[in-house]
Amino acid sequence: MSTESRAHLEVGYELPAKAFTVQRSDLVRYAGASGDFNVIHWNERIATDVGLPNVIAHGMLTMALAGQVVTDWLGDPGALLEFGVRFTRPVVVPDDGVGATIEVTAKVTRIDEAGTAQVTVTATCEGSTVLGKAQALIRLA
Amino acid sequence: MALNPEFVGRSYAPDGSYVVGREKIREFATAIDDASPVFHDVEAARSMGYADLVAPPTFAAVLSLKASGRVIRDPQLGLDYSRVVHGEQRFVYSRPIVAGDELNVTTTIETIRTMAGNDMITTRGDVTTLDGEPVVTTYSLLISRGPDEEAS
Repeated sequence: MSTESRAHLEVGYELPAKAFTVQRSDLVRYAGASGDFNVIHWNERIATDVGLPNVIAHGMLTMALAGQVVTDWLGDPGALLEFGVRFTRPVVVPDDGVGATIEVTAKVTRIDEAGTAQVTVTATCEGSTVLGKAQALIRLA
Repeated sequence: MALNPEFVGRSYAPDGSYVVGREKIREFATAIDDASPVFHDVEAARSMGYADLVAPPTFAAVLSLKASGRVIRDPQLGLDYSRVVHGEQRFVYSRPIVAGDELNVTTTIETIRTMAGNDMITTRGDVTTLDGEPVVTTYSLLISRGPDEEAS
């Protein structure tokens, strides 16, 4: 996105949406890359022992996928000033060869006089939102 | 098990710096399924004015997790890590992390509370260069689910 097009941005503008498929192998890969080896992200026995329906995705992986919709559109990751989410529902990743699909949409929800704007991100899995209060503050120019 | 409230306000100085490598950035970007050239291609990053590969925004969690690991695994704190789920995460950026950065993280325990049988702990990670230039601040809420809590 060019700086010029950002200058004409309006509240309600929808960013290009994306969908991601997450399988067990993706969780193992993310565990290795991030250093988060919490067993609930790869061990079904322990995940169900502690009361989860199954292995769940790292919240930070879901957040990263959600953020990609914003940074893809921004082009320059340096235009992202703040990014925050609540993990409201776990993304359950069954070992069924299909995995989970996370759909991400985002729209501009506020434009500030200071030359910044707020983007609100929605991430859903099987029809339920998995992130709450997912908001990015971006620099417009 | 209730968390030890005496940990609130404790701050942990950096336990060695973190040197950000190109291959680690590429590995992380691949793991989050992000093929954006600025995370993979040095020339693409330089053409955007960066000194080297840029790390994806949530890469900061790799540093804060590493730094907070020794804090949240302290047996005196009383957190059962297998019962821990991530409740909230927020990043406030001064600038993106780039390959070649040597960074320090200072971890502070901001709050500890119990709600509906769940223990909740918030930590802040101040990520700076060795010279003290602020790069990013991370805020994390971890929830230790009580034994009777059904997963929602």
